[in-house]
Amino acid sequence: MLEVEHLSVDYRGVLAVEDISFAIAPGQIVGMIGPNGAGKSTLVKALLGLLPMQGRAALHGAPLQRQRHRVAYVPQRSQIDWDYPITAWNVVMMARTTTTGWLRQPSRQSRQIVQAALERVNLLDLAQRQIGQLSGGQQQRVFLARALAQQADLFFLDEPFTGIDKKTEAIMLGVFAELRAQGKTLLICSHEWGDALQRYDRLLLLNRTLLANDAPQSVMTLENIQRAYGENLHVANRPAEMPFC
Amino acid sequence: MLDWLLDPLSYEFMRNALAAGVVIGILCPVVGTYLVVQRMALLGDVIAHAILPGLAIANFFGIEMLLGAFAFGMLSTAVITWIRNQSRVKIDSAMAVTFASFFALGVTLLTLLQSRFDLEELLFGDILSVTATDVWRTCTIAVVALLLIRLFYKELLFYTFDRTGAEAVGLPVNWLNFGLMAGITLTLIVGMKIVGVILVVSLMVGPAITAYLLVKELHQMMAVGALLGVMASVIGMYASYYLDLPSGPAIALVVFVLFGLALLLSPSQGVLTRSWRSQYARKSTQPYVKK
Repeated sequence: MLEVEHLSVDYRGVLAVEDISFAIAPGQIVGMIGPNGAGKSTLVKALLGLLPMQGRAALHGAPLQRQRHRVAYVPQRSQIDWDYPITAWNVVMMARTTTTGWLRQPSRQSRQIVQAALERVNLLDLAQRQIGQLSGGQQQRVFLARALAQQADLFFLDEPFTGIDKKTEAIMLGVFAELRAQGKTLLICSHEWGDALQRYDRLLLLNRTLLANDAPQSVMTLENIQRAYGENLHVANRPAEMPFC
Repeated sequence: MLDWLLDPLSYEFMRNALAAGVVIGILCPVVGTYLVVQRMALLGDVIAHAILPGLAIANFFGIEMLLGAFAFGMLSTAVITWIRNQSRVKIDSAMAVTFASFFALGVTLLTLLQSRFDLEELLFGDILSVTATDVWRTCTIAVVALLLIRLFYKELLFYTFDRTGAEAVGLPVNWLNFGLMAGITLTLIVGMKIVGVILVVSLMVGPAITAYLLVKELHQMMAVGALLGVMASVIGMYASYYLDLPSGPAIALVVFVLFGLALLLSPSQGVLTRSWRSQYARKSTQPYVKK
């Protein structure tokens, strides 16, 4: 269970997110949506312990800060230097860094875990490729494999569906379903729209504050959308009660 | 030919210089690899200039030059990081302003404190001045630095590839950064004795980017970079000895020639290799096109 209570983040003198409270039960996939600058990435970074925050964030009752190894993070593709001299295998092996510990080499078990993760995302045959020589979808899968190899309980994914192919999307959705069945918690920042939002168990609608937190159909109402995105949003030819689902 | 190779070795200064050259030929590219992959190649240049006030002060008070240089090198990286974190000024501008002001302070202090300091030797290096003590000091620093890189390789790899991810899993990113900066500063200080302040960066960055064009992993980049660094040092020193060239520029030019060759001829990424490959591909498909 991830519990967030009264979380606020002051980013260089600006209150980027304010008084956010929500809870996510194990085995749920939750989407976080909101306009650009709504504070989605800021919220995730604060939960990861990368930004100072006020409020409380707990996983299974204990502060999130002390359980960082149980949190896996998949960054946006644009944040990574794809020309870095590293193979897909070694990117996934990074997930084992803290488990391996200082001054030690990865164990055989770690190597097996990395192999299984790459196999799960269908990339084992490309494991020795330099990451820049993979397609966008394959690159996204490398980072998904890294998150899997960390064997975390809580997964934060920042726009994982941006710019990927159908095959990668199918593999990712399959992995998400397995993680849900294993009782893991997934929080996914998303830029999607329409039917794609149905894949989430719940949606958090964010624009500096938390505007809605419910099932997709209940969140994506005209009223909520206008509160988040502004009054001028063009919503013609949509049923008023459920315009975006 | 053998005489030609052995003749310089009959002089002690040349033996010292070659030994130090080989050691920094290994050390500079290995440490420089981290500058290259973090897109901070110019930081080497900044630190190399920023240590000047430290040298002037150490010289004046008669304390160990290495300490003064190290203190100011680290201070400059701290100032850059502070400017970047506290304002919206980007890192390139922060580096430019720090580098210029530290160097200016250094030159001013040299004048004010009337240091008997050969600025030209500092700027361009002087193989004649390398002593046996310098060689041992260089060796010690190199062994410690290489050992630390070996021991913390996986953490440094994680940190330099994905700082956010490394911080998120709880790695002490500030300490890793401090360690890297300390390693870079020390490497520059021992390297500048041979090639000079201005050109030490060529030995840190040149072999590393040459290797970057040839291999696909960080540790391979270090190994190939070290090999190229040693080649450049040794070839440069012999050129310096026989052609009466200043040692620093000779080494830096060899580094550039090696980089140029890799840029043109790298099997995977060479400019010429690519164009030959596409020409060959065009020729081999032509018969089918005609049909």
